[in-house]
Amino acid sequence: MPRPRVYKTKAVVLRHRKLGEADLILTLYSPELGKLDAVAKGARKPTSRLAGHLEALSHTNVMLAQGKSLDVVTQSQTIEAFRAFWEDLERMSRAVYVAELVDKSTPEQQPNRALYELLLQTLRYLAETAQIDVVVRWFEVQALTVLGYRPRLDRCVRCQADLTPVANYFSAVAGGVICHDCVGNGLIVRPLSLNALKILRLMQHSYVEQVLRVRIDGPLADEIEGHLREYLYTVLEREMKSTSFLQVLKREALAGT
Amino acid sequence: MTNSIYTTAAPVARLIEELHKLPGIGPKSAQRLTYHLLRAPAEDARALAQAILEVKEKITLCSICQNVTDADPCSICDDHGRDSASLCVVEEPLDILALERTRSFKGRYHVLHGVLSPMDGTGPGDLKIQELLERLRSGEVTEIILATNPNLEGEATAMYISRLLKPLDLRITRLARGLPMGGDLEYADDVTLTRALEGRQEV
Ligand SMILES: [Zn+2]
Ligand SMILES: [Zn+2]
Repeated sequence: MPRPRVYKTKAVVLRHRKLGEADLILTLYSPELGKLDAVAKGARKPTSRLAGHLEALSHTNVMLAQGKSLDVVTQSQTIEAFRAFWEDLERMSRAVYVAELVDKSTPEQQPNRALYELLLQTLRYLAETAQIDVVVRWFEVQALTVLGYRPRLDRCVRCQADLTPVANYFSAVAGGVICHDCVGNGLIVRPLSLNALKILRLMQHSYVEQVLRVRIDGPLADEIEGHLREYLYTVLEREMKSTSFLQVLKREALAGT
Repeated sequence: MTNSIYTTAAPVARLIEELHKLPGIGPKSAQRLTYHLLRAPAEDARALAQAILEVKEKITLCSICQNVTDADPCSICDDHGRDSASLCVVEEPLDILALERTRSFKGRYHVLHGVLSPMDGTGPGDLKIQELLERLRSGEVTEIILATNPNLEGEATAMYISRLLKPLDLRITRLARGLPMGGDLEYADDVTLTRALEGRQEV
């Protein structure tokens, strides 16, 4: 969609980068325009009228003007500030990961309204629910669908046979579940427990509210996280830098208990 | 560049390249600075080169507060008139200059040399946090003021450090984030307004 010279859009602020003495480059995710970078002039000065309305991880209304290289934010008004992220490091770290995943999985200026809605809904749940890691897993499964990488979970990707209710295998390269008969021939697979398969299917087909009713923790949560990390890494070919911070927090939580 | 007719002399190109590595210096500015130096007297250029070398050779980090200094301990750590019970944690050495200009803080400082930035992969191990913990062991410090910037990275850093220090039974405070001087109430965002209300004071 060609942008008019001056335009208005809603957007989630995925990240900030410093520019020059007092400016910021914002990476925005908009329903109409997809991902785009924009400059907020003077936003690092304490007196800036823009700054408070353009915080990272917030949902905001922005007015932009086409610039020479980057568009320039002329007005902004926060819609949802998600204060919980600024008061709870665990919530903030998950929200940062989700924002990074959207940033790294999308090209510039290609709208994907489903991804925008998914991102917003995920941030809302991350700000409120106690099971933030389950929300992140649900987001990952749903993001794979809206990005066009939906893993096949209903039957074997290779032989198309229905899956028997036993442990199977999961292959990121093959794009889904592999049955006992098809495993081998050098295909890289991970053992997939029946419970993990059930949860992944639930996450693929359900609203987050339904997923949050199921208890997902301990080794089962670790297994699902491992499958999704591998899968995302294979399809996106990008490492998420924020995962190392998530691991630091996890290690310290374990050490503290 | 091989098929261009005119190419910049190699030393000039090298200086442009080096200047371009500096923060906030784009390719155009690097060119401008380079040609400025070319026209400047030789002693000016030599003085600049000397100043850069001296910074690298004579300036170190204070072994107590990690501030940049030419004497260890630095003048602030060495000043016995300052309150050693109160410690202000900042991101960068420049933040100390800003706080010292106010003349309203009489305690000591600790410089982190950076900020947690999960999206860039900057973690606690990249900051002077271990040094801070070691400093607190003596029990002399009773109050920590977290003076990181009020943005995502600064908040993440402040939350992380306060969590780490929780078991130490210190008074931990964060710089108040309220309405800026010269700001208009109607343009303030909800978070700033809420915090300004929370931090309201008797008049
Ligand atoms: Zn099969
Ligand atoms: Zn010092």
